[in-house]
Amino acid sequence: MSKAAVLAPGSLAAPANIRRSSARVSNRTIVLVCYIVFLMLPIYWMVNMSFKTNEEILSGLTLYPHNPTLRNYAIIFTDPSWYSGYINSIYYVTLNTIISLTVALPAAYAFSRYRFIGDKHVFFWLLTNKMAPPAVFLLPFFQLYQTVGLFDTHIAVALAHCLFNVPLAVWILEGFMSGVPREIDEMAYIDGYSFPRFFGTVFLPMIRAGVGVTAFFCFMFSWVELLLARTLTSVDAKPIAATMTRTVSASGMDWGLLAAAGVLTILPGALVIWFVRNYIAKGFALGRV
Amino acid sequence: MDKVQDNRAWFLIIPVFLIVAFSAVVPLMTVVNYSVQEIFGPGQTFFVGTEWFEAVLKDERLHDALVRQIIYSLAVLAIEIPLGILIALGMPGGRSAKTSLTLVLLALPLLIPFNVVGTIWQIFGRGDIGLLGATFRAIGIDYNYTNNSAHAWVTVLVMDVWHWTSLVALLCYAGLQSIPPAFYQAAKIDGASKWAVFRYIQLPKMRGVLIIAVLLRFMDSFMIYTEPFVLTGGGPGNSTTFLSQYLTQMAVGQFDIGKAAAFSIVYFLIVLLFSFIFYTIITRTGEGEKK
Repeated sequence: MSKAAVLAPGSLAAPANIRRSSARVSNRTIVLVCYIVFLMLPIYWMVNMSFKTNEEILSGLTLYPHNPTLRNYAIIFTDPSWYSGYINSIYYVTLNTIISLTVALPAAYAFSRYRFIGDKHVFFWLLTNKMAPPAVFLLPFFQLYQTVGLFDTHIAVALAHCLFNVPLAVWILEGFMSGVPREIDEMAYIDGYSFPRFFGTVFLPMIRAGVGVTAFFCFMFSWVELLLARTLTSVDAKPIAATMTRTVSASGMDWGLLAAAGVLTILPGALVIWFVRNYIAKGFALGRV
Repeated sequence: MDKVQDNRAWFLIIPVFLIVAFSAVVPLMTVVNYSVQEIFGPGQTFFVGTEWFEAVLKDERLHDALVRQIIYSLAVLAIEIPLGILIALGMPGGRSAKTSLTLVLLALPLLIPFNVVGTIWQIFGRGDIGLLGATFRAIGIDYNYTNNSAHAWVTVLVMDVWHWTSLVALLCYAGLQSIPPAFYQAAKIDGASKWAVFRYIQLPKMRGVLIIAVLLRFMDSFMIYTEPFVLTGGGPGNSTTFLSQYLTQMAVGQFDIGKAAAFSIVYFLIVLLFSFIFYTIITRTGEGEKK
């Protein structure tokens, strides 16, 4: 139910309040709109630039491309060293999302339904993995994955990203699972369901939204991470964000190409967010703390 | 909810435990190992005890970087938390097209890879080709983030606000959505002011999500690396060289692995300590209000 509808009964009784409350709403809306404009300006500028030729970019300021060109995008879609970066990124991000969800689902169930020795400590330990400064840890990471023979594979990046995505997934999923009454589990066991069958056919469908939101957050944090991804790859699994550093050449920066590559890194995320837009907010509200 | 005591639940935790431990324990122990050794090359190491830790604690440049880092993180929190709350209060409720659009637009900056964020602002802030830089020049401010320390620092801060305030706003919005409509009706009947509604209904309901917001924003801003690296490279001078940047210079630039490792551990403990303090303060404050 919307807030306006909630306020309605009171407003009917006291007409003076209508003006006051609508004035308040508009003040806050102005802040919101201004903020969104502030968010969109730099993004617009990059999109704008990606359709310009380098001559136009460097010759002066134009608010929209006067000679729109698709040259920058054409380079990216025809040069394998560019588009393979996108394929690599999407590959390891998907892999990471699947791994994170698979291991986090049973763990979240355990945290939401049972008390056991060390439960709080394990949870805190999971969270501390987000607090380690990456710079020095990169070297041991590199050595570790080199030693086990996973260096420059997609699975290496996917596994490394589990470090921060798994705790997050457990945390969000646990919130959604705690929203499902215990009685459902008990009824199912009385009806003779085994745990795996109950989990797969009864429980999972009930927390669909939670799984969607968790998948979104795993996707997002894995997609934006660069340091680990760059350290653990060289050629075969090189992410797009690392490829972007190539645009500095002898003739200076290729701004148009850089902008086009940037725009293309935003698109997958924007697409994913559209699918889970109604559940994003819910994902956080239910979390533990 | 009543939870059942059952230690067999550990079997459900094992996959998570193994997969996180694989990436967490070995690197952490390696760093601890480095921090007490002098390393000349592969196989040429010897034990130096706490020497690196002493060197780290006496390092003047490190103290500067730490002070700069703390000021920066506090500035980030001081701007992003109130601004995020304000934006969340203005967001439309319900399941309308307007809500969907607002959510998607707000979440957009969160989905941009960190170095692309730096790139966007690099382009946006340039005096000759960027909208922001050009606007400043047009109104007579000689804005240049590459050679003016103050401009560089503010640009990095504004970039962070641009990038992450949405997260705070989304979290607060989630908290606000969980308030039952009856609360607002009661406040209306009591003739509560706008401020009173915020102070006694909305703020307490946002406590849980605010803890998360403060912790996440603190941890991430305290370890910020990629964005300023792309935008300013830590300069001009040392004005935007934050702790991570300095650490990387030490580890990669000077190949001072032992000292950098000792520093990493100190760094990790600082983050842990601050997170714990914030957590305690916010939970305690909330407890007092429940009476």
